[in-house]
Amino acid sequence: MVHFLLRRAAFGLLTLWLISLAVFILFYVATPGDPALMFAGEYATADQVALVRARLGLDQPLHVQYLTYLGGLLRFDFGMSFVNQEEVLSAILRRLPATASLAFGSILIWLLVAIPAGVFSARRAGTAADRLVTTAALAGMSFPTFVVGTLLFYVLFFMLTNAGYPIFPSGGYKPISRDALEWLRHMILPWMTLAVVGTGTYTRIARGSLLETLNQDYVRSARAKGISEGCVMYHHALPPSLTPVVTLIGLDLGGLLGGTIITERIWGINGVGSLAVQAVENGDLPMIMGTVLFAAVFIVVANLCVDIVQALRDPRVRLG
Amino acid sequence: MQTSSTSVSQGLTARRRVLRRLLRDRSFIIAFAVILILVLTAVLNPLIIHLIGHGPNEPFRETGLTAGGVPLPPGGDFLLGTDVVGRDLLARLVAGTRVTVFVAVSCAMLSISLGVVVGLFAGYRGGIVDAMLSGFIDVVLGLPFLVTAIALVSVYGASFPVMMGTIVFFTWGPIARIVRNLVVSAKENEFVDAARMLGAGDLHIMFREILPNIAGQVVVYGSLLIPQVIVLEASLSFLGLGVPPPTATWGGIIAENQTNYAVAWWSILFPSLALLMATLAFNIVGDGLRDALDPSARSRGGA
Repeated sequence: MVHFLLRRAAFGLLTLWLISLAVFILFYVATPGDPALMFAGEYATADQVALVRARLGLDQPLHVQYLTYLGGLLRFDFGMSFVNQEEVLSAILRRLPATASLAFGSILIWLLVAIPAGVFSARRAGTAADRLVTTAALAGMSFPTFVVGTLLFYVLFFMLTNAGYPIFPSGGYKPISRDALEWLRHMILPWMTLAVVGTGTYTRIARGSLLETLNQDYVRSARAKGISEGCVMYHHALPPSLTPVVTLIGLDLGGLLGGTIITERIWGINGVGSLAVQAVENGDLPMIMGTVLFAAVFIVVANLCVDIVQALRDPRVRLG
Repeated sequence: MQTSSTSVSQGLTARRRVLRRLLRDRSFIIAFAVILILVLTAVLNPLIIHLIGHGPNEPFRETGLTAGGVPLPPGGDFLLGTDVVGRDLLARLVAGTRVTVFVAVSCAMLSISLGVVVGLFAGYRGGIVDAMLSGFIDVVLGLPFLVTAIALVSVYGASFPVMMGTIVFFTWGPIARIVRNLVVSAKENEFVDAARMLGAGDLHIMFREILPNIAGQVVVYGSLLIPQVIVLEASLSFLGLGVPPPTATWGGIIAENQTNYAVAWWSILFPSLALLMATLAFNIVGDGLRDALDPSARSRGGA
């Protein structure tokens, strides 16, 4: 087990290093514009630009610049924003609670809907009810997030408010530490926006995986022993069938924490995703690279956690 | 070449069986018809727009808006209504179909071709190609798609090639991984040994023996890739990072009209429906293809 963990961790670090290299090449080396010029602004004189270039170390050879950047990353120093001299990491961490509320809440909602729906559907495989659920799930999967958000905004904010029921606000983020109820009121529609696609995908995965488990020999043996159907379902079949769901939650959570750009944009939430968009709009290179890398760290760490959980749940994984 | 002739005749009956299953699948037929209509709309674009009689980028300030300057609701001269500058929404949707179909088909083709070639080599040869592929895929899957995509588009400028390159960059890896895994198990088959004993070269074995055997699966993943590409393109256009305006795209139309919901709900609803219809149709077709190629998948559930 220790050997397995060390191998996976080393692999995760290697991936992160490759990603840092890719980010550096894509956004720094291959960028058409001159970062020093961007930093100094368009009215700077040639002397000022040269000064900026020297101060940022942009006159150094590329590999020295990369090593400096990498050295910074190892000390959790993502650099400074070109635009307002703010530290990249602290800017990201300040926006993280909003994005994390969004990510955890919507995942909770889609699991609470998708797993029961998948179980319901799998128990009635082949019937009209099953077909209804799978078709609805397919439709949910087919909805682009921004379409869900736009339609929810129109129906549940605009139409409800116009009809005299201003239940939901048009957007914005209220920290949970200030007022939990307001936080909830502001989060419900964004959660639903993100949850639709996830619910569709997870319903189909839960259904498929449960059906596969129900066809296994040990489930047949359990039934043959005369155990009640409910006990077979919830004690024997359901827990092992959730393995693919666990895998995906880890990966999706990692992806969502890296920034939920579209949902944040529609609901005016100032999270990591909107920070990335602002950085892109301002051409703020350190911030762009920081947000991309930060999201990559979440994804790679989530991958690692999923592998560890899988190995704990299923010994075959660690031997494989 | 007796073995090959029997395998061909078996192939034909198998193909006929698949076709018969598909023709019995009612939702597949409907979805397939929807896709045909979309493709025809894309191909016959100039003709249809001529028939509508309003250019997609033409503002009709006199006839397309009320006297108070408010967009016209659906009906009358403008079947699906107009937007805030008086452009015909139907004409814009039709023009957007062409972008959607073009991007979806060409990106999916590029991703699949690249994925198939790299996956074949990685699965068949193993070694360095395989190691590099899995390293590359880990890096690509580790990058957050939208954040990276908008950053790439902003650095290299919003244009057709940049958008398509971004989409292909993020979609070909998983296809290559699937093909690689299929090849690894397919190359253990006896027909591969037989071909090798007949003196077939590696390229012949990869492209003539193994590829036809995994083609069905590749088609399934390809058809499921198309809705993903459509969503990616629409999302980039929605964020203003796809095809630059005034070219009409479905995602772009929704973005343009996002703030006009109070005066023109139709300008948001119809492009949303078009997008949903397209992605759902491709998802249903991909699902139907998988069920038809592997009927046990449905009872097994294979989501």
